[in-house]
Amino acid sequence: MGTLHAPRTIPTTPPATNKKKNLNPRCPKPRTRFGFLVSCGLSLVWAFALMALVLVAPALARDTVHIVGSSTVFPFSQAVAEEFTGLTEFSAPVVESTGTGGGFKLFCSGIGAATPDVTGASRLMKDSEKELCVENGVASVTEVRFGFDGLSIATSQEAQPLALTPRQIFLALAAEVPQDGNWIANPFSRWNEVDASLPNEEIIVFGPPPTSGTRDAFLELAVVPGCDSFAETKSLDKETRKQRCHRLRSDGPFIEAGENDNLIVQRLVSDPRAVGIFGLSFLEENRDKLRGVAVNGVEPSFETVRDRSYPLVRPLLVYVKNAHREVIPGLEDFVAAFVDEWAIGESGYLLERGLVPLEATARAETQEVALSAKPLF
Amino acid sequence: MSGLLDLVKPRRSLSRRKRADRLFAACGAGAVFLVVLWIGFLFASLLVRALPAMTAYEIALTVQLEPEQIPPDNPRRGNWRGVLAQAVADLLNAEAQTLDAELIPSERVAAKLLLSKGAAAELRSLVIKNPSWLGKTGTESARTVFLPVSDSLDQYAKGLLVPSTQDGALVSPKTAELFDQLRQAGVVQRKFAWRFFVRADSRFPALAGIAGAVKGSLLAIMVCLFLSFPVGVAAAVWFEDFAPEGRRTDLFRINVYNLAAVPSIIFGLLGLAVFLNFFSMPRGAPLVGGMVLALMTLPTVIVVSASALRAVPSNLREAALALGASRQEAILHHVLPYALPGILTGTIIGLARAFGETAPLLLIGMTAFLTSVPEGISSPATALPAQIFLWADQPERGFAARASAAIVALLIVLTLVNLAAILLREKMEKGRSR
Repeated sequence: MGTLHAPRTIPTTPPATNKKKNLNPRCPKPRTRFGFLVSCGLSLVWAFALMALVLVAPALARDTVHIVGSSTVFPFSQAVAEEFTGLTEFSAPVVESTGTGGGFKLFCSGIGAATPDVTGASRLMKDSEKELCVENGVASVTEVRFGFDGLSIATSQEAQPLALTPRQIFLALAAEVPQDGNWIANPFSRWNEVDASLPNEEIIVFGPPPTSGTRDAFLELAVVPGCDSFAETKSLDKETRKQRCHRLRSDGPFIEAGENDNLIVQRLVSDPRAVGIFGLSFLEENRDKLRGVAVNGVEPSFETVRDRSYPLVRPLLVYVKNAHREVIPGLEDFVAAFVDEWAIGESGYLLERGLVPLEATARAETQEVALSAKPLF
Repeated sequence: MSGLLDLVKPRRSLSRRKRADRLFAACGAGAVFLVVLWIGFLFASLLVRALPAMTAYEIALTVQLEPEQIPPDNPRRGNWRGVLAQAVADLLNAEAQTLDAELIPSERVAAKLLLSKGAAAELRSLVIKNPSWLGKTGTESARTVFLPVSDSLDQYAKGLLVPSTQDGALVSPKTAELFDQLRQAGVVQRKFAWRFFVRADSRFPALAGIAGAVKGSLLAIMVCLFLSFPVGVAAAVWFEDFAPEGRRTDLFRINVYNLAAVPSIIFGLLGLAVFLNFFSMPRGAPLVGGMVLALMTLPTVIVVSASALRAVPSNLREAALALGASRQEAILHHVLPYALPGILTGTIIGLARAFGETAPLLLIGMTAFLTSVPEGISSPATALPAQIFLWADQPERGFAARASAAIVALLIVLTLVNLAAILLREKMEKGRSR
């Protein structure tokens, strides 16, 4: 490329006479001055615009409520955001699905228009997250419990109806299982090896990856109770117990299927032997293709989750940053809309999305806490 | 003589060489065939999946917008569900002779069975846009509107769902039969799904559209073009015409060229750290999205522009300089116009890549659920690829077709952009040769 460079020795200023006389009429007069001015002007305008972008943008006040957090709470925040936009004059809230942990990280990163106002969670805020919040000046946070959500275990319609207990789930999926007082690597590869009453089928279970809140809830609600039902677990100290009861096998039968629950649904449909673990709404939406797996004899459905007879139910929460309440227009009203009877009540619109409502007294308490901005810490 | 002939004589027989030649050509043709087959397969499967999203079944309802149901001074707080339940009951009464009596559901559940869950919200926004409908009484308050049928019935009508009698089934055979009779009576009609093209996202598949995401993407791309084109071309000009020869320039050049190969997510992380955390710019705004995409496109623009400048015959530049033009004049009047088709093609292709990019946008929050079309570059927005990602993860069935349709829309935009690049290049090259 060097050879193409203009030789530096050539004089670059044209003689003055050339400029004035335009000898050849077909060749237009070189618009030197004009071109120079245009390019100078353009670059100046451009530079100013760039500076304006960088400097002015953060100064713009935010006038939309910003919600982040759990992908489990996402459908509910979505619904409230949409109804809120329809019911009030405020501009549409921004709802992002970042996962529970990711939501807390953003939420606790400080105060100001660049940080979110509300975060959703499918578990309680951890102490480490509270510390992070306090460290970054997020001093007052309100915890709002607004209901419950069901998990489901399901198979294809073509599969035989399956019924499991937490003990069987643990035996089928744990990395290590107790046998005659010793802990051994999980030896089971067929359901009837786990329990003679189960079908003679290979164990193939599709479930969420460790980053997912659904996985935590599944462990907490199905695997750990199964683990605790063994006498061998009782003698373990807390750390070892946690390790034994929380670790799922990685030798094949349990397959981490990624965060997209629709993918698990498709795989169940194509393989009748497979069992899937996902949010209850995905089962309800695909009832024509899937069949729920009963746990402790109770089939998953909105009804059995609502009357709490189905065991795989987890709490849903949102956390509100109180320092933003007076500042962000509409936040106060958004929180009010979220805990309104019309949303989370016995016939609220969140029930259409699979929410299991709180008891009337708990609901009144939630509304009181949310509206009075009662600080959590 | 014989020695010379030996040299000319082919080692292998002519027929074998010709056969190898044909085989060689066949390999190339086979490769093209495979590519076309794959692309054809991809497009066909996408189109088949996207087709259901192009139409929507809608039900013609006559709603009574009486003031006691919908207060004219505050229509947002009206009893919209009540109005719809009444309208559906009236409709079923009016059609009673054409419908089988045992199919008609009770008034309490009829609206829920037939109408989309989003119908109330849809009617509400329709009336708020037309305030003159309100404040009337009796027959004057009646309006006929088309509202989407329930998601399951829509799926059933498109053949994607089979009714079943089982508990918790999405569509019972009875509802399906009622729906078919309503269709025969002309009350339910299949219409073009215009909402898909003019609406922002919604939690109801029937009401969700790509307009918000398309506008968000276009805004981000405009910011990206505004930043990356001038900076990229200026940098390329410096590299090609002004940069002093030496190790330092080579180091710069190699670094810029390497940047073109950096995975896009890295630019997202950079944007998160610098634009959001350090400059505290608004999260999820097309402004920030465009800046991150500009960082990503910039190396491509520099590399392509530099090679376009290099391809300018050196005698053009030298002739200008020899005639006494300054270097600035030589570049602005002669070299740049000559290289422009190449530069523009490269820029457009770089932008097309940025248009389809999701990873960096995920990190700066341009993947949010938003029910309104973004107003400007600093209001929160979603990009089209992020919208596809969001829809693919929704439990509602109707979103699967919408996601496919959004992919088709994205592909169409990209094809148009590439076509524009080709046409622009041809036009400018023709102009250059004159």
